[in-house]
Amino acid sequence: MNRKIIGLEEGLGYMQDGITKIERILEGRPEPPFNSEEYMKLYTTIYNMCLQTPPDDHTQQLYDKYRQAIQGYITSTVLPSIRAKHDEFMLKELVKRWANHKVMLRWLSHLFYYLDRHLIACRSLPSLKEVGLLYFRDLVYRDVHVKVRDAVITLIDKEREGEQVDRALLKNVLDFFVEIGMGQMNRYEEDFEAHMLQDTGAYYSRKASNWILEDSCPDYMLKSEECLKKERDRVGHYLHSSSETKLSERAQHELLVTHVNQLLDKEHSGCRVLLRDDKVEDLSRMYRLYSKIPLGLKLVADIFKQHITAEGIALVQQAEDAASSKASNAAAGVQEQVLIRKIIELHDKYVEYVTDCFENHALFHKALEEAFEVVCNETVAGSSSAELLTTFCDNVLKKSGSEKLSDEAIEETLEKVVKLLAYISDKDLFAEFYRKRLARRLLFDRSANDDRERSILTKLKQQRGGQFTSKMEGMVTDLTLARENQANFEDYLRSNSAARPGIDLTVTVLTTGFWPSYKSSDLNLPAEMVKCVEVFKGFYETKTKHRKLTWIYSLGTCHISGKFEQKTIELIVSTYQAAVLLLFNASDRLSYSEIMAQLNLTHDDLVRLLHSLSCAKYQILSKEPNTKTISQSDYFKFNSKFTDKLRRIKIPLPPVDERKQVVDDVGKQRRYAIDAAIVRVMKSRKVLGYQQLVSECVEQLSRMFKPDIKAIKKQIEDLITREYLERDKENANMFKYLA
Amino acid sequence: MPPRAPKRKSAPPNSLSVTSSDGSSVSSKAKTKGFVRIDRMFDSYANSSLGMIDPDGIEAFCSDLGVDCTDVRILMLAWKLKAQRQGYFTQDEWRTGLKELRVDSISKLKKALPELEKEVGKPSNYDNFYSYAFRYCLTEEMQKSVDIESICELLNLVLGAQFRPQVDLLIEYLKVQSDYKVINLDQWINFLRFCQEINFPDLENYDATQAWPLILDNFVDWMREKHSSF
Repeated sequence: MNRKIIGLEEGLGYMQDGITKIERILEGRPEPPFNSEEYMKLYTTIYNMCLQTPPDDHTQQLYDKYRQAIQGYITSTVLPSIRAKHDEFMLKELVKRWANHKVMLRWLSHLFYYLDRHLIACRSLPSLKEVGLLYFRDLVYRDVHVKVRDAVITLIDKEREGEQVDRALLKNVLDFFVEIGMGQMNRYEEDFEAHMLQDTGAYYSRKASNWILEDSCPDYMLKSEECLKKERDRVGHYLHSSSETKLSERAQHELLVTHVNQLLDKEHSGCRVLLRDDKVEDLSRMYRLYSKIPLGLKLVADIFKQHITAEGIALVQQAEDAASSKASNAAAGVQEQVLIRKIIELHDKYVEYVTDCFENHALFHKALEEAFEVVCNETVAGSSSAELLTTFCDNVLKKSGSEKLSDEAIEETLEKVVKLLAYISDKDLFAEFYRKRLARRLLFDRSANDDRERSILTKLKQQRGGQFTSKMEGMVTDLTLARENQANFEDYLRSNSAARPGIDLTVTVLTTGFWPSYKSSDLNLPAEMVKCVEVFKGFYETKTKHRKLTWIYSLGTCHISGKFEQKTIELIVSTYQAAVLLLFNASDRLSYSEIMAQLNLTHDDLVRLLHSLSCAKYQILSKEPNTKTISQSDYFKFNSKFTDKLRRIKIPLPPVDERKQVVDDVGKQRRYAIDAAIVRVMKSRKVLGYQQLVSECVEQLSRMFKPDIKAIKKQIEDLITREYLERDKENANMFKYLA
Repeated sequence: MPPRAPKRKSAPPNSLSVTSSDGSSVSSKAKTKGFVRIDRMFDSYANSSLGMIDPDGIEAFCSDLGVDCTDVRILMLAWKLKAQRQGYFTQDEWRTGLKELRVDSISKLKKALPELEKEVGKPSNYDNFYSYAFRYCLTEEMQKSVDIESICELLNLVLGAQFRPQVDLLIEYLKVQSDYKVINLDQWINFLRFCQEINFPDLENYDATQAWPLILDNFVDWMREKHSSF
């Protein structure tokens, strides 16, 4: 093919013309744009030259020419123009020059496309575009980047102070930093970001130091929240997205971490005060601000816990004070009722806080739990929390209870009670007291509502497991069965003429394992009652010969007709009281000792009984001397002058204090439980160190109670004596299970 | 039994023991020679109807030995003899023990006592002796524990010389406390460990969270209270 050869000088000339034209256009000089012809000509010239073979192969010189031209343009025109300006103007100039440069390189790459392709293919040289960028970087960027950065940071700080700045400009400058990295972020990060972060840190450090002294906690938090929001916006508007986390952290650190203690502990507006004054919004803000700062959040949670604990303890103290003040002897129970109610309210209030203010965060749930574990294990006037809670339940569940509420309210209350139980460490104590109260409710027909009884048992079962409630459920079932049994007994009586108890008799048979332990009495029954017992025994033996009946007279109720002078009144009394009264059918006047001998009672029991019949509200018996207390030298007579406006009255017999017995029973149960736990653990582990053994036992037992470490030690020793365990000969802290 | 160098004219190891009609065991001719003096000693103290040395005999023996019956060395002797029952020595026990000690007369035995003390004191033997001392007090069948009174005496006897201050205070405590009426072997063994390991009287390194028996935890509490009231 015969093509005209283009000489070197000619080629260089063409190239220079093209480049100069572009420069002039970009400079804004009056210069007509490329028309197609010019473009085609230049393009083809270069193209042809690239195809020329040696000795006319001048591609290297063309390339060099290109490079020189770019370099020259930058050095003579671009750089000086940027250097000539300052601050914002400099930034504007830089942005303009950079944009132009990119355009120029693009055009040139198009024009000299074949040169690009040819060179890269043959000699692996940097492309025309790359060369162009590198020159800009090495000649311009290197020279001005410090000033540029400083100018940018100045503008950022101005914006922080509230001035309006040219955000688009900033964005362009920062894009430049990114682009000049040529695929890497290192220019942006090292030459700009690092310094920007430092400046940010210093800026907020200054601000924070002032604000923390002058502002209240809520105000400080508001300001901080604002600042952090603005910084995030800044990223959106002009900073590179990769700066977001680092920027937030830096600002956060200065605003929230450095002064965290001062902030939270501010005397009149700190966290404690906010809690005290129920400043929900401020607390929510506090949570939002600290939710990403674990250390700070923990501090807030701790203050939360301390606050709840203090409030709870204050309630307990109130109840304690009220209970011990003289005025409230009768109202003693009321104070405890009120306390439980208030604790429930406290709990509800702060559960809401955890869900609303603290977005259900685990730390705050834990803080709440730990606080209530302290509060719910306090004693009030000698009663443990377990006992108080059962008294509360009793009042809710019994007919004459002080809690007069709708069914729905009752259900809710029972739910809350069961939730509170989770915080009480002596759950076994609760169970035992509960059984005792339940027994009284069931046997003396004081329960308001069978459904309610079952309802709370279901809730307890759900929370604590079947084993917790199995005995209680057994008790309730026993009552149901007892009613059936009574019907059978009445049938038996009808069909068996020989069996005549002589009195209307109702017997409730209790399954021993389910009910609390009662001491069986040695009471000498009145003759009338002896017959009843015989008859029932006869009946019971027809049903089963394998069970032994033990009579618990202390739980019985008797309806007795008192034929007083004015009118006959039906007296509802306990079996024991009835036994005392019936003695007076045979004798007019009896001494204390005579009564004691005839009935075979203990002094404690007798004093209680006689007091209830002669010194209390209804004086069925008259006492000589007519004092308010029973002494062993007293004499008693039937008080025929007694009367009341009602035809039927109940003579109450105050119950014996069960607390001691319950505590003793639970103590015994615990010894067994500890023993069983140790054996269980050692059986499976075979060899175990002392501390681990103790901690595993504590864990196993914690469902029901918090075992005393000394008690565990004692049981271990007991098991060593009983040859279940032995101490290792080499290591005195190790125990072995003896199969 | 540790192997011993054969004595002059020692009997062959497997000697026959024939029980004669009156219940006392008689060795075969080959062994008799070595045991003559030992047996004679035995007979001089033994209760003939019982066939063994009883408390009276021991008293006489101690007096001849010039050692008080309540002296710890008698306990050590009992240990050496592996005596099973407190206050009694059987003929076998007597023979084996005295043979081990290489004595066959009171005077020789007297001279051997210091060596016996040294032997007991050896770390490899001491624990054994210490446990033995406790078991020696278990007089009833099935008895597992020893009453406080006897333990106090035993502590004094066995540990008094070496750990006087600890023993004195421990005995004082045992007498005033009411949690425990008897002491079992595990507790006994730990008394020794306590004396050996714990600094006295500051008790600095006592750690109640370790597996020390509860009675020692209580003892340390009592000690600390006592000291703080000064």
